Amino acid sequence: MLNQHKRPGESLDGGQAAGLLATMWRIRLFEERVGQLARSGDIDGLVHLSIGQEGVAAAVCSQLRDDDHVYSGHRAHGHAIAKGASLERVMAELMGRDTGLCRGLGGSMHLVDVEHGFMGATGVVGGTVPIALGSALAARLRGTDAVAVVFFGDGAVQAGHFNETINLATLWRLPLVLVCENNGFAEFTPRSAHTVVERVSDVVAPYGLERSTVDGNDVPAVWDAFGSYLASARSGAGPFLLECLTHRVRGHYEGDPGRYRDSMAEAEWKEKDPILRLERHGMAAGWYGEDELRTIGEAAAAAVEDAVRFGLESPFPPSALLEAAVYADG
Amino acid sequence: MAETTTIAAINRTLVDAMRADERVIVLGEDVAEGGPYTATAGLVEEFGVERVINTPISEAAITGVAIGAAQAGLRPVLEIMFVDFLTLALDQLVNAAAKAHFMSGGQLTVPLVVRTQGGAGHRGAAQHSQSLESWLTHVPGLKVVMPSCAADAAGLLASAIADPNPVVFVECKSLYFRREEMPDDPVPVPIGDAAVLRGGRDVTVVAVSRLVHEALAAAERLAAEDGIEVEVIDPRTLVPLDLATIVGSVERTGALVVAHEAVLHGGFGAELAARVQGAAFEFLDAPIARVGAPFTPVPFSAPLEDAYLPGADEIVAAVRGLR
Repeated sequence: MLNQHKRPGESLDGGQAAGLLATMWRIRLFEERVGQLARSGDIDGLVHLSIGQEGVAAAVCSQLRDDDHVYSGHRAHGHAIAKGASLERVMAELMGRDTGLCRGLGGSMHLVDVEHGFMGATGVVGGTVPIALGSALAARLRGTDAVAVVFFGDGAVQAGHFNETINLATLWRLPLVLVCENNGFAEFTPRSAHTVVERVSDVVAPYGLERSTVDGNDVPAVWDAFGSYLASARSGAGPFLLECLTHRVRGHYEGDPGRYRDSMAEAEWKEKDPILRLERHGMAAGWYGEDELRTIGEAAAAAVEDAVRFGLESPFPPSALLEAAVYADG
Repeated sequence: MAETTTIAAINRTLVDAMRADERVIVLGEDVAEGGPYTATAGLVEEFGVERVINTPISEAAITGVAIGAAQAGLRPVLEIMFVDFLTLALDQLVNAAAKAHFMSGGQLTVPLVVRTQGGAGHRGAAQHSQSLESWLTHVPGLKVVMPSCAADAAGLLASAIADPNPVVFVECKSLYFRREEMPDDPVPVPIGDAAVLRGGRDVTVVAVSRLVHEALAAAERLAAEDGIEVEVIDPRTLVPLDLATIVGSVERTGALVVAHEAVLHGGFGAELAARVQGAAFEFLDAPIARVGAPFTPVPFSAPLEDAYLPGADEIVAAVRGLR
């Protein structure tokens, strides 16, 4: 059942690659600005950045429809943006403003954008894994071909609710794609100190679900592997698990002590950076040249600056919102 | 009117809700077998395994599944077989279900009902007998319902299923098979309305779940033996709480006893007492008295459990102690 994608990237074309680069640059530049704004005090609270992991978010979410529900964990800015959330409203949410996606009531770890099918992030590691399965159950019962996708880190795999959900998902054969971003660290601790099972795809092996491990910084490979699972899930099969080996450039959260690991050498990272790799890959394939790449990067930078301006100029929510927001009317 | 039981009323309400709305599904451990008390008996025969879903013993995950299904447009009724096992589901219930509407700025709703049951008196020992409702009332975003009779169980369960918010519906195993009269057609009971079950001018007794029947028995004795006229109020829902009905009664009687089976320490009676003294302090002629279980786990041994359980005797003593 372990899938081998022998010719990774064969299904990605130049137009799609350019679109993925645009998404990845938007996430990268957005999060670099978020890091600055957290240090300057314009963004409060716990901020978990996904710099280095953008390839997974872009390659997965770009293939989904608005009615495909995506759930995520605490490192979710990239997933929300890739699923279609506006940079302005994500930035405003991180700044606690009334114009934010969640009117400033959720913050960085609890982004939700129902309009685009981004159904929620969570500050509880692994907490959205069973919830995503519930969305897949609803799709099955309502007779739609919508697919549910949940992003989680390798740290979630050791939690009880993850293992309970794998059991249920395989028992019920629901159209859920589990996407693990294995960056090798659960918060401050390397995976090897938490479990003897190195690969997440091996943890779920006894359940017999279709699963694979890919280089998560190889965007065409992620695109292909996820695309084939998505097509199967769309036709009602499932569940599937895609493990993407990736690298978290920043700490667990902005301002963490960072003493627990060595930073990767700059030259080595340039080889691995999913954005630079896809740029090189597409230039070699003749999909785009340096001018097109510069345009993509500049457009992303301008959109991020617009988002920062939008957030800083937005009002904070009124205190009267608080009690009114607890219960739904009806 | 027809004779029925609380368990039959719950079963019929589930059937009616599933017939009326195909978004309503039932899931939980052994629900397709009817569950240990027959609450879901016969459902799978009429609605099939797609809508009456047996689950493994995985309370955390099945609660998450129910939340996700609710967020995606279904109306799940999740059964947690004993409230004691709700401990395993609390992360999903407290961190996800209760907060989703708020944290999403109103984008998400979680129209979920969690049916569970608690209470002692059946030699179930400390892990199958608890009354844990006060934990739930402490969490903004949850509604907490505790019916004490068949008609209220039916009317409140129908309202809970129709509610767009997560509702924890706490039944009492001791009341399941009590024979009662009930109208042929269930009358809807809105969430958040208390019921005044007996009028009285001297003392207000607010009692919850099984203790409602103990309070009514205590009121009979106090009227016959002491000439004290007790007003008995069943709040029926703890969140939201119909404080106005309770305060209105206390303004007339000038005295309040709060009674529940849960451990007294940190119980919902403490919240109720604080709220009433804040709203009606000048009307109170005596300190508010509380009746509840001692601060110990529920014991197994029969004489110890019988002595542990609060009932009519304790309510009578509390009322007499006000004077």
